[in-house]
Amino acid sequence: MFTQFKYWEPYISPFDPCPPMRIKSYSTPPQLYIPFQPKGLPQFKPMEALYRGTLWPALFSPYPDPKKRGDQDE
Amino acid sequence: MWYYEKKLQYPVRVSQCNPMLAKFLIEQYGGADGELAAALRYLNQRYTIPDKVAGLLNDIGTEEFAHLEMIATMVYKLTKDATPEQMKEAGLGAHYADHDKALFFHNAAGAPFTATYFQAKGDPIADIYEDIAAEEKARATYQWLINMSDDPDINDGLKFLREREVVHSLRFREAAEILKEERDKKVFF
Amino acid sequence: MNKQLPQEYYQLLEEIQAVDFVLVELNLYLDTHPDDYDAIEQFNTFTKKSKELKIVFEKKYGPLMNFGRSFSNYPWDWKEAPWPWQV
Repeated sequence: MFTQFKYWEPYISPFDPCPPMRIKSYSTPPQLYIPFQPKGLPQFKPMEALYRGTLWPALFSPYPDPKKRGDQDE
Repeated sequence: MWYYEKKLQYPVRVSQCNPMLAKFLIEQYGGADGELAAALRYLNQRYTIPDKVAGLLNDIGTEEFAHLEMIATMVYKLTKDATPEQMKEAGLGAHYADHDKALFFHNAAGAPFTATYFQAKGDPIADIYEDIAAEEKARATYQWLINMSDDPDINDGLKFLREREVVHSLRFREAAEILKEERDKKVFF
Repeated sequence: MNKQLPQEYYQLLEEIQAVDFVLVELNLYLDTHPDDYDAIEQFNTFTKKSKELKIVFEKKYGPLMNFGRSFSNYPWDWKEAPWPWQV
């Protein structure tokens, strides 16, 4: 299993002019971890597939981060 | 040969009258990582890419035109009833001066569309890797647009489009694997 | 006089969009997985469903496609509003 968001803490300088963002994040969606889609993956029903943007739950990538933490950038 | 189906791929809705968003959405209409660039890139590359992946380029290229239409619909709905004052307030004064409410192919900063936004090196590996990168750049752009918008209906549409980029990226990565021709070979450790 | 479309138009359109979306997904998948028998079977089943829904839709609301991919009514209604970006 993989996580769809990664977090890091940039260096914060005492001379920075603005209130710092302590934690930054970036998206790591499923295609990074699936070299070749295997056959027979479970599917959404058609209407849900349309609204999700894909037929397969394994390929779904939520955005923004559902576990968004208070002090992140976006 | 192209035929046109008189429906959008996805039901686009706009719930808030906020022409300001249109200024940013246009990035995916006429911008470097937008849907037009994507469509032209793939449909152009497909002439010389190895046959076994030409179908994929044809089909993803075609789907990108459907996405172009979705972005156009969002911009159209946001601007069709705007007064010149509202266009100016939305930061679209320069656009209005040139085009009234007509759409045009430029990015959010006003830079006109250019073929320099994409390539066709003729080398299948270079072309497919450009395509993978293009999909990731489009995905990221949708992220930034979603961040800026608080219209829930527009965001539904943008999230759909972002997810399509995820799937396209996967397909191009699979195409690279197909070109590598390692699929049937035994792997020794 | 502005044309108004019934709720039913939007519902039927949404159903068609859902079925056609599955077809696009399967089509792209099959482009890289040409020997997935089950997926091809599903593709053909959904193709049939799409055509059936469109027969109903076109009877009520006119042609979905041009250049002879759909039949025309009299007078020629392909050019009539609404166009997809207006719907």
